[in-house]
Amino acid sequence: MSSVGNFLPNQSRTCDTTGLPVCLTAQFFIKAHAVCAVVFLLVGAIGAILLALTRWPAVQLLGPTWYYRTVTLHGINMLIFWILFFEVAVLYFCCTSLLNSRLFSRGVAWLGFVLMVVGALMTDVAIFQGRSDVMMTSYVPLKASPWFYLGLILVAVGTLIGVVNYFLTLYIAKRDGTYDGSLPLVVFGATAAAIIAVVAILHGAVALIPTWAWSMGWLSEPPDAAWYRLIWWGLGHVSQQVNVCAMVSVWYFLATLTTGAKPLNQAVCRTAFVFYVLFINLASAHHLLVDPGVGATWKIWNTSYAMYLAVLASMIHGFTVPASVESAMRAKGYTKGLFGWLFACPWKNPGFSAFFLSLVIFGFMGGITGVTLGTQQINIIAHNTLRIPGHFHATVVGGTTLAFMGLTYYVVPLIFRREYYARPLARIQPYLFGSGIAIMALAMSFAGSYGVPRRVWDADAGANLSAGANLMLAGVGLGGTLAFIGLLTFILLTVAAVFFGKKNEGRPMTAW
Amino acid sequence: MSDEVERKHPLQRLMDNTWLLLALGLLVPILSYTAWGWIELLTLPDAKLP
Repeated sequence: MSSVGNFLPNQSRTCDTTGLPVCLTAQFFIKAHAVCAVVFLLVGAIGAILLALTRWPAVQLLGPTWYYRTVTLHGINMLIFWILFFEVAVLYFCCTSLLNSRLFSRGVAWLGFVLMVVGALMTDVAIFQGRSDVMMTSYVPLKASPWFYLGLILVAVGTLIGVVNYFLTLYIAKRDGTYDGSLPLVVFGATAAAIIAVVAILHGAVALIPTWAWSMGWLSEPPDAAWYRLIWWGLGHVSQQVNVCAMVSVWYFLATLTTGAKPLNQAVCRTAFVFYVLFINLASAHHLLVDPGVGATWKIWNTSYAMYLAVLASMIHGFTVPASVESAMRAKGYTKGLFGWLFACPWKNPGFSAFFLSLVIFGFMGGITGVTLGTQQINIIAHNTLRIPGHFHATVVGGTTLAFMGLTYYVVPLIFRREYYARPLARIQPYLFGSGIAIMALAMSFAGSYGVPRRVWDADAGANLSAGANLMLAGVGLGGTLAFIGLLTFILLTVAAVFFGKKNEGRPMTAW
Repeated sequence: MSDEVERKHPLQRLMDNTWLLLALGLLVPILSYTAWGWIELLTLPDAKLP
């Protein structure tokens, strides 16, 4: 990096492993957000195993009250809190270390972080108090405690403040000339994620503020149910597109860190991110494909003609990322046969295996199920069946969460400057978690194809599920248990490393 | 320098302009998904109950 950074005196260090500059203010907030992310991941994971063991008919662990409460807890903690906290950490890393810049404002970062923590705790307490069993979507006229909505609004505002801090850091980095030319590709991808996050948060505010006012008794009627669904999915699905963008950026970053890969064609990769920015948010319309209020033209335009440009973008990334790895491996001399480079990849490096498994699970299982479910004719059959969670567990959990786990295996040694214990266990963790999620997501998809509904405590109330459906529900329980073991392993290894790991200050991290 | 800027492909110029990307990233989904969908709901005729 030929440009000079804009760090304040004694407010930066150079990474002993990568040589990247690290803004110490950003480092503090990366740590803070990452720790909170893992805590909420644990809360969501406990919910996950309880749910998996409840949907398994032979076990059916929870009663109906705690089932719906746990569905709410699991969805909110996994899809919102774990992901948003980790994404703000990723944004702060990208706009400082990769741009050779200081973070715009410590005060703004504090404000965003405190709002996120207070909001997340408020929502979780409201769920445990038992007056907010409305599930993640909180469709009106279901009514939750006002603290539930207020907590979510605070998390959204806190995240927006973090995103504003990111954009302002981009501004000062450009103003101070801390980097040459265009934004690096990983930062460009993170910027695309930040733009999409703004769309999500604005929709969240429009949907949740009147709903909160109604729960406070300030409005006599709830918001219109059809209107709420339209606006809420501008938050609910768009926030998952933030995950997609952040995950793809992490793929590029991990490919570089683990194999030295470089993007094959910057223009093509960036164009794919532009497609995300412009078109991926239209996919929210999938959720309204069976709603009567919006017309066929609106549905077909938003879920097909325009949105397929975003699918094209995912296919571009899905091919260019492994192609860049292939190119790097061949340049190192692994040229035997068609796939010699693939066998020679660093499969024992959890950063690499997590990234590659994430790419395969997201690309094949998540992508194929997503595009088919986004077709109106199929959606009419599959809507509200277990095929839907089968799809998004492949994208958000097998894709995003696994990629973020892979990144964590570098964040802890490079930012916390602590080494992992039990490295052989860390090497197998992505395989445990990835295979568990793959089994569970497939089993959910097949169970849904048998007609098993989602979000129902006693799916087989009439004892009319087929043997095949019951077999698949057992697969959900078994796959979920395996994934939970993998997830718990990740959390224990990471907590042990962060608090008790051997320090590596002044020397490069131990190579995986 | 200015010649260099002139020669940039329009798509590259868009990609190098974070604020324009932000504006378009807000405008396209808000028009295509939110505003259009909202208008459809607002103009929905009342159901005629039997």
